[in-house]
Amino acid sequence: MIARNDAYIYGALGILGILGPIFFPNYTLSIAYLWMMVLMASTWDTLGGQTGYNSLGNITFFGVGMYISAIVQVSFFYEGGVGEYTSAMGSIKPVFTESQYFIGLGLGILAAGVVSVLMALVFSSFMFGLRGPYFAIGSLGLAIATAEITITINYVGGASGISMPLFPGDIEFRSTFFYILCFVFAVAAHFLLRWLYSTQFGLAINAIRDDEDKAEAMGIPTLKYKRIGWTIAAFFMGCIGAVAGNMAGFIDKEVAYPIPTFGIFMVAMVLLGGKGTLWGPVLGAILFHVIKETTWTYLLNLQWVALGLILIVNIVYFQQGIMGWLQSKYPESFGIAIDASREGANVKSGETI
Amino acid sequence: MSEQLISVNDVSKSYGGVHANVDITMSVAKGSITGIIGPNGCGKTTLFNSIVGYHPIDKGSIKFENAEISKLRVGDIARLGMLRTFQQTRIYGKMNCVDNMQISVSHRSSSKTSIFASRKGEIKDRAESLLEFVGLYSKRNLISGDLSFGQQKLLEFAMALMNEPKVLLLDEPTAGINPTLINGLIDRLRRANEELGITLCVIEHNMRVIMNLASKIYCLSNGKMLASGTPSDLQNDQRVIDAYLGGS
Repeated sequence: MIARNDAYIYGALGILGILGPIFFPNYTLSIAYLWMMVLMASTWDTLGGQTGYNSLGNITFFGVGMYISAIVQVSFFYEGGVGEYTSAMGSIKPVFTESQYFIGLGLGILAAGVVSVLMALVFSSFMFGLRGPYFAIGSLGLAIATAEITITINYVGGASGISMPLFPGDIEFRSTFFYILCFVFAVAAHFLLRWLYSTQFGLAINAIRDDEDKAEAMGIPTLKYKRIGWTIAAFFMGCIGAVAGNMAGFIDKEVAYPIPTFGIFMVAMVLLGGKGTLWGPVLGAILFHVIKETTWTYLLNLQWVALGLILIVNIVYFQQGIMGWLQSKYPESFGIAIDASREGANVKSGETI
Repeated sequence: MSEQLISVNDVSKSYGGVHANVDITMSVAKGSITGIIGPNGCGKTTLFNSIVGYHPIDKGSIKFENAEISKLRVGDIARLGMLRTFQQTRIYGKMNCVDNMQISVSHRSSSKTSIFASRKGEIKDRAESLLEFVGLYSKRNLISGDLSFGQQKLLEFAMALMNEPKVLLLDEPTAGINPTLINGLIDRLRRANEELGITLCVIEHNMRVIMNLASKIYCLSNGKMLASGTPSDLQNDQRVIDAYLGGS
């Protein structure tokens, strides 16, 4: 039953993903951001929902990825080097050939992912000593500190940012190209996580969420599991950050470290959809994005109020999110068994207690 | 005398001014069932916590298979093959029983790939047969947090067995369990000891249970070792009777 439902959902999302930009070309970039948000929410949930470590700092890797990719893309093909390029504040516009641009971008995305992974490995060695709200605030501190450090580095343009290399092609091809990148990364992250949650790894991180001390007492190497979970999120956040930087065309602190927007949105989306579930983050991201775009269009000036109201209703009445609410209402559809014998009289005597 | 699996030597532990354990010396022989008794607050659980590395000890030495473990952390000790269950039962309440079992596999020899091993196949079979062993097979797909306290206790015991420990430290395994089922539990503890070869060290208040089960018993009182010996030795020891009945 679940398998068939999943097939329908994949079909619907696949149609949206492939036909969306064909039928609604004006919305191509908007749908691209939708997939980016699906990716952010899904990878946030690995640590936040499945492991119970609410990170407010995943956006760090987004920004780091964006900057790393910029450095790689510029330094790879601009002879003057990154320092000269950034100190010219955008007045140098080197023309890259198509192959130069795409190879640079590919290497940039890869480097963004790798550096983010390395950073996550370093951070996790001291961050996972913190638990609960301390981890949340600590990780937020990481994001803020990384953002502040970034703008002190003149090599990457300091506070005035970097203009990204120009895309070698017309604007429609550009939108479609970045759309495909976002879609592919979101799909790749989804299926990787889907597989992960079906393995012993998935159980282990859930055990950490339910009772970390017990998990430790049972010999589960908890740090290793938390570290793997965060590293996976960091990889995808770094890669998508690299893509987002090129989509934006110009990057600075606000673009690279959008802590009050995407940094918080990714948590809000997961809470809306239902944390600790595979589909919750996807559903939450889609709903959130649609609500956000609608209110930005039709309720301008009130969009933050509307968004805030939705979050309040979500937190007060549907703490488990939509998927969690559905699961508790229709547990059988989710393969959760209910003990019929406990409905009425308590426990029958006998060997099974 | 057979080989000692756990040797506790001269261990003391204080919390501020409270001397929870004072100069405790005891040992658990390989393959045996050893009991620890004593009035409430006498330091039994503190001793357990010291052995499994839950907190640092103030002085003394604790050896497991002749290797010093008093400086190791909980997870390291668990991976050596020494597990404990909790007085306040601890299971993963949001998962079903089979998942609780499957996550409890041993991490002693875990390879890189076992982290990402599938949940089907051999692990699942073993989980289900151990659930059957403790009598929870019919509840295997239920969310474990919805089980009764007694059932959760059995599940915790089964999870510990799933881990294939060398020694299992049980903190009041029969507390809160329906009296008619205690016999069944004693039987399972004994079978775990005999058939699975797991050494047991049991804290217990129920004298009938511990006298039946253990071959050697230690009695603590006010943080000190009061007496030790076979069940019949202790039953006739006036100091033990006084400690329990509140005599002077």
